[in-house]
Amino acid sequence: MNHLASQLVLVPVILPLLGAGLCLAFGRSARAQRIISIVTLSIVVVAAGALLWRADHFGPQAVNVGGWPADLGISLVADRLSALLLVVSTVVTLSVLLYSFGQGIVEFGRDTPLSVFHPTFLVLSAGVSAAFLSADLFNLFVGFEILLAASYVLITLGGTEARVRAGTIYVIVSLISSVLFLISIAAVYAATGTVNLAALPERIAALPEPLQLVLQLMLLLTFSIKAAVFPLSAWLPDSYPTAPAPVTAVFAGLLTKVGIYAIIRVQTTVFPDQPLRTLLLCAAILTMVVGILGAVAQSDIKRLLSFTLVSHIGYMLFGIALASEAGYAGAIFYVVHHITVQTALFLVAGLIEYRTGTTQLDRLGGLARAAPVLAVLFFVPAMNLAGIPPFSGFLGKLALIQAGTESGDWLAYTGVGAGLAVSLLTLYAVAKAWNRAFWQPRDEHVDDDVPSTGALHPGQNTVTEDKVLRLPRGMALPTLALVTFSVALTVAAGPLVGVSQRAADELLERTPYIDAVLGDVP
Amino acid sequence: MSVDLALIIAIGVLVACGTTLVLERSLTRILVGFVLLGNGVNLFFIVASGPPGAAPIVGASDERMADPLPQAMALTAIVITLGVTAFGLALAYRTWQLEGHDDVQDDVEDALVIRRAERDDMSASFDEVDESLPEEEGADLPSVDDEVTRENDEDHASPDDEDPRR
Repeated sequence: MNHLASQLVLVPVILPLLGAGLCLAFGRSARAQRIISIVTLSIVVVAAGALLWRADHFGPQAVNVGGWPADLGISLVADRLSALLLVVSTVVTLSVLLYSFGQGIVEFGRDTPLSVFHPTFLVLSAGVSAAFLSADLFNLFVGFEILLAASYVLITLGGTEARVRAGTIYVIVSLISSVLFLISIAAVYAATGTVNLAALPERIAALPEPLQLVLQLMLLLTFSIKAAVFPLSAWLPDSYPTAPAPVTAVFAGLLTKVGIYAIIRVQTTVFPDQPLRTLLLCAAILTMVVGILGAVAQSDIKRLLSFTLVSHIGYMLFGIALASEAGYAGAIFYVVHHITVQTALFLVAGLIEYRTGTTQLDRLGGLARAAPVLAVLFFVPAMNLAGIPPFSGFLGKLALIQAGTESGDWLAYTGVGAGLAVSLLTLYAVAKAWNRAFWQPRDEHVDDDVPSTGALHPGQNTVTEDKVLRLPRGMALPTLALVTFSVALTVAAGPLVGVSQRAADELLERTPYIDAVLGDVP
Repeated sequence: MSVDLALIIAIGVLVACGTTLVLERSLTRILVGFVLLGNGVNLFFIVASGPPGAAPIVGASDERMADPLPQAMALTAIVITLGVTAFGLALAYRTWQLEGHDDVQDDVEDALVIRRAERDDMSASFDEVDESLPEEEGADLPSVDDEVTRENDEDHASPDDEDPRR
């Protein structure tokens, strides 16, 4: 039954694409582009919220686009997991969009048309939504490709030398992962004759076990590249920091989480009987530890944040690897928390870069006096990331650690230990960054030999001492809003944990999802 | 399921050539490799669709129809490959404009490690051969300058040994 209200599922995919088209048509007027993108994304946020409410109360919302039966045509489904991630991702996208207005106005003057940025940004949003909502592997691939194609454009925006260099690596890695994904899809189709996520479990279960394992490993490999799971994570810290601040922020928040989402979906829905526990737990522990060791060694805020991003992917993977209800619930809660916090931190890094011309810790200092608001804006999400109570990072880590101790074998306990150690090291890394950028006086004798990594204008030294410079409101307010949102996650932690747990229930139960997709064959 | 051996061999050759090319340094070659890989995978979709049959139009023929779904997927994949290749070529051209070549650069972190190793020949990553490699034409002359620089470096060993980031 294609209920009218469930047609809402189409909105987050189709509307941004339409908006992108309109933006291109109005490419000459920056104002029109701004209005179009803001209206589009606002509607999508509302639609995503409504979807979450419906999915939570009435079960998964499914639509077979064009009326084709589910295993032939395109079907979109929003269950609790998809809808929850959709809500968070669209809220984050919207605030990054507002931030980019501020930055655009500041950097280019009010009327310069940035004709590529807005359409591409909307396409990215459509791609993320499509990946969250699609109910078959091939559409998942198409969703990935939409968001990747948009991200290629965004990461090389402006075509400067550093961005082209970093973008090249990013593009090549993504191309390889796309080819791997295609090979996996073809193999899955050859083995089962369908790519529908709801029809697959039954047919996969009928296959010989070694073949199941091969298919599962191929899919996990593909998604691990996207999610930057160690040892497939080396591309991320190298390519993210050079892009413009809003772009890095939205990439850091969303793109890796799409990979995590795909891992959750495949692990629960398609291959529920083989959690590959040992492999995934080892990968999770290594991701946490190696990532944070990289972060500790960094001297540039953006690069440091990129490494913490890799490290905290390990937490989510840890929850997934446990394959228990508590584990999945913890992982889902952690994804929600991490999308918000990581994006907020990158936006603040963008503000620091705007304010001082660099994100190199050697060149920064004394900002707590020069820009007190900025200091608070950085401090709150940084402590949240490290997991200081009462922030949501603490709750997420607590949930994961409880899930780990519940399952009770030595590998899970190792994971718990690694999680605690990594949380401390995260605190060390972000506290070091905060101390050096905000608390310490600036070091006057900066070695000019410092390699220029990451920062947009390396070597440029525009710190104006002892002068309180106003932050541009257009950039500061969206950042403030996002930081507030991340703090609000603590206040709303009760309902949020409830939704995460119900989402995990639904994932493990599997039948609601399968029935929603296959049940409405006309 | 019967499988066409010729197709399998073609896929093997395409994917092997593609993989080799992707491992090259030049972006253009990588892209050619990606196109070959993409074509190999598209053929794989044809294999996945099973034995050949009549055109999949209902009522056009009484024979057994070919499976249309993998064909649709292969078509979509072809379109995506086309778009991405075009973008990649533009990227290669831009790199060439900026730097005079389209080689993919080292990871920043790797470059930093090598740079430190050059200052410290006790380091595990120190590679003497690597340093004397000619980078441009004309640089393969006897590397007197190199040795002088290295001696200078040794003279100033103590300040250079410090962590450059501090």
